[in-house]
Amino acid sequence: MPAFPKAADTSTHNTQLRANLRHATHTIRAKRATAVAELDDWGRLRAAGAAIKDRTLRHLDHYLEQLERAVTAAGGQVHWAADADEANRIVTELVRATGEREVVKVKSMATQEIGLNHALAEAGITAYETDLAELIVQLGDDLPSHILVPAIHRNRAEIRDIFTAKMARWGRPAPDGLTDAPADLAEAARLHLREKFLNAKVGVSGANFMVAETGTLVVVESEGNGRMCLTLPDTLISVVGIEKVVPTFQDLEVFLQLLPRSSTAERMNPYTSTWTGTTDDDGPRAFHLVLLDNGRTDALADTVGRQALRCIRCSACLNVCPVYERAGGHAYGSAYPGPIGAILTPQLRGTQSELDASLPYASSLCGACYEVCPVAIDIPEVLLHLRERVVEGGPASVRGTRAVIKPAKGHAAERAAMRAASWALDHPRVLRSGQRLASRTRRFHPRRLPGPGRAWSDSRELPTVPAESFRDWWQRTRTTTTPRHGDDRNTP
Amino acid sequence: MRVGLFITCVNDTLYPHTGQAVVTLLERLGVEVGFPPEQSCCGQPQFNTGYRHETEPLVRRYATAFRDYDCIVAPSGSCAAMVRDNYPRIGAKAAAEGRGRELADAAAAVVPRTYELTEFLTDVLEVTDVGAYYPHTVTYHPTCHGLRMLHLGDRPRALLSAVRGLKLVELPGAEECCGFGGTFAVKNPAVSAAMGADKAHNITATGAEAVCAVDNSCQMHIGGTLARQGSTVRPVHIAEILASTEGDIW
Amino acid sequence: MSSRALVMARIRRALADVPRTEAPSEVAVERTYLRRHGDRTPAETADLLAENLADYRAVVHRTDAAALPALIARLLTARNATTVVVPPGLPADWLSATEVRRVPDTAELTPHDLDAVSSVVTGCAVAIAETGTVVLDASPDQGRRRITLVPDHHICVIGVPVQVVDSVPEALERLDPSRPQTWISGPSATSDIELDRVEGVHGPRTLEVVLVTAANPPAEDAVFLTSRPHQAS
Repeated sequence: MPAFPKAADTSTHNTQLRANLRHATHTIRAKRATAVAELDDWGRLRAAGAAIKDRTLRHLDHYLEQLERAVTAAGGQVHWAADADEANRIVTELVRATGEREVVKVKSMATQEIGLNHALAEAGITAYETDLAELIVQLGDDLPSHILVPAIHRNRAEIRDIFTAKMARWGRPAPDGLTDAPADLAEAARLHLREKFLNAKVGVSGANFMVAETGTLVVVESEGNGRMCLTLPDTLISVVGIEKVVPTFQDLEVFLQLLPRSSTAERMNPYTSTWTGTTDDDGPRAFHLVLLDNGRTDALADTVGRQALRCIRCSACLNVCPVYERAGGHAYGSAYPGPIGAILTPQLRGTQSELDASLPYASSLCGACYEVCPVAIDIPEVLLHLRERVVEGGPASVRGTRAVIKPAKGHAAERAAMRAASWALDHPRVLRSGQRLASRTRRFHPRRLPGPGRAWSDSRELPTVPAESFRDWWQRTRTTTTPRHGDDRNTP
Repeated sequence: MRVGLFITCVNDTLYPHTGQAVVTLLERLGVEVGFPPEQSCCGQPQFNTGYRHETEPLVRRYATAFRDYDCIVAPSGSCAAMVRDNYPRIGAKAAAEGRGRELADAAAAVVPRTYELTEFLTDVLEVTDVGAYYPHTVTYHPTCHGLRMLHLGDRPRALLSAVRGLKLVELPGAEECCGFGGTFAVKNPAVSAAMGADKAHNITATGAEAVCAVDNSCQMHIGGTLARQGSTVRPVHIAEILASTEGDIW
Repeated sequence: MSSRALVMARIRRALADVPRTEAPSEVAVERTYLRRHGDRTPAETADLLAENLADYRAVVHRTDAAALPALIARLLTARNATTVVVPPGLPADWLSATEVRRVPDTAELTPHDLDAVSSVVTGCAVAIAETGTVVLDASPDQGRRRITLVPDHHICVIGVPVQVVDSVPEALERLDPSRPQTWISGPSATSDIELDRVEGVHGPRTLEVVLVTAANPPAEDAVFLTSRPHQAS
């Protein structure tokens, strides 16, 4: 994967993509604002949501043990996966043990993150994505570009073409003469997937929340594909990040208000399913919960970065982000795009690759993401913290072990320039000499800059340098007194 | 009340006119303005790029330069936000790294006394009508750090609304970032330029003669983009509008 | 080392900043948010429920207990329903006015069987006015989760006012987490194509909600009193 600026350079020039993204993000942004404005205690709900998550994270060992006991007591089986490979291995073995070669899947960020579909395919098991957008992505041999609406980068005509060309290879073909009306496309998906649901023996899901106290899992969805996968198969395997636990059933009263309004901008999403272990004669007879670390404990070890684990995957930050709106989700090179991805991915994967080191810089620090986050993750604060890790290195947790990491590659020239700038700015006499030099040479300044400066002047005119800096004007017109605290170094 | 002007490095070097407007405005309102020449940059370019340790000398310098002032006024939402939001964090981190409380204490002494210009006018001087006259159609772009870090809210608009002769027109998508973002503008030039182009188009579509903001750094990007698009809309710092009078249009 | 032990060890190392003596309850959670939004009479709450259900494209009907059987019969006829799934504990009189063939909800009923059924009629555990939500908890009057999923037409009967609460917090107080729950807010929907909302994907494409005003003395309304002890938290 190329670094973010390079990928974004390509995607920002894709006018169709830009138009799709602009329409989608602006529509949902406005709807979210309306849905949130309906609740005059939003700020208090948000604070409670953040506090509940903080309580959980500070005592994650306690709550996971409690969860494990409750799930087991309710007839479920709990598995632990330290990383993606282990999670994939566990799920593959569980599917193999059923004798089945196919699974139906509910949209899940965690299984996207670990590349489960690919791992299952290598073991000869076909995973069918059943969320409409995930179906579009899977049939199109594409990647999701948004947490909530993974096919946000596709318009209706593209989706029609994908269905017409690809459905037959996976099962029931698209109806003849399929139009690009969303209702017709949704109907085609309904028909295509129904045979999968009715015959499915194994379902794979993630979860939005896990209740430690009761062992209850919660999946929030809209289409009913989640209900199909969670209730019709004999075996259900849920792969869930360890940070998704909440202490009590009562805590859901906060998150079931925060999540739908932040996410789809609805008072409530069409379907929410909760289940606790297994229930006799209702739903799957076997339930497996795979608890996934895969870098989460590294994020947990960082007292600033830890707050990223509060995330409830609502995607409100994507929809308000001006950078996401132009660059699109693929540029982030991760299951987690947008502002949350820019702080989550480098914590889960580390900052050593060029792409991951570029993600904390994929933000103008405008702060819109923090403003809308329903669990008050200070994304700009974490971005700055991770930028420091990229350029300066320092102590960090790597795969669960404390380490001192080196600065990421490719920042030596920048570091030298920043040090020189800091030194100059800390010596006002030097600063003033520079200003005077710039003023004296101003009529010779080019309109376009060479080298790194081109990044500016390719799209913007340069400011003209004035004949006199402010401090020179002040000294020329105002000063009759000597400067206070003026040691020799500081005297201009 | 001793008021110190924190000019900021961008204004000092590229926009001295804005600084002169601040001095004119504040003196007209009866404020005696001081300018400690040992001041420099707030350190935001370094800090926002990840060079926290390189920022520390500039925190110390700011704290020293302004320690004797009751109020420190900056004609920049971004630089004021840097001081107010990030100086305490930089101090706390230095302490956490076992380097003592010196930096944290120095920062704590000046942080609560630091104001962005419109905050100082409305909250400290408690004026909305500063006696300005500016016979132009103006649209207002709320810059991100003023909007979401300092929570300036209606202050700038209230000040502009009281300016005689000024016609304020709404900017569509006003609260969206212009795409400057400091080193973001050069580290992610494609996205920055795309954001700037959208902002500039929105500004031009208002039909205003000038776009007003509390930050010249954002205006450098917006103005540069407007000029490249061939737009005739001029970027103007709010201080220059508020300093203007019948006899003296800035 | 087992992966469980490995992950637990990582977590404990990661939380080195948390004092060993700190109890989870010492991390403050201020529940100053509202238990419900606004003060309403029971009648106003029922009106809000109807309004919000309709806003998300559920078809809302209002009737009293005496007229309920006739209404259900009419709704099934209007759909040309030939078969209807019946949960084991559905009050017998609800279907007393219809001739549509009953399919009992049993463990043997396969998804394919259900796919051939026209409609399903259920009660509910609780309904939430502020969000326009009905909650099913697989009680005898609601049946297994699958019966309200595979058939394309769901008629859900809500007792008013006893089964209606204002808010999400009030609903959770009444629900038993050990029972599998399905929260339903309008018919199945998707906005995955250009954010155009399309009702009816995989779940029932038609959700009809009947708000039944209790006309009988409370003692005979026992079927509606599904309130359960609140789990300590």
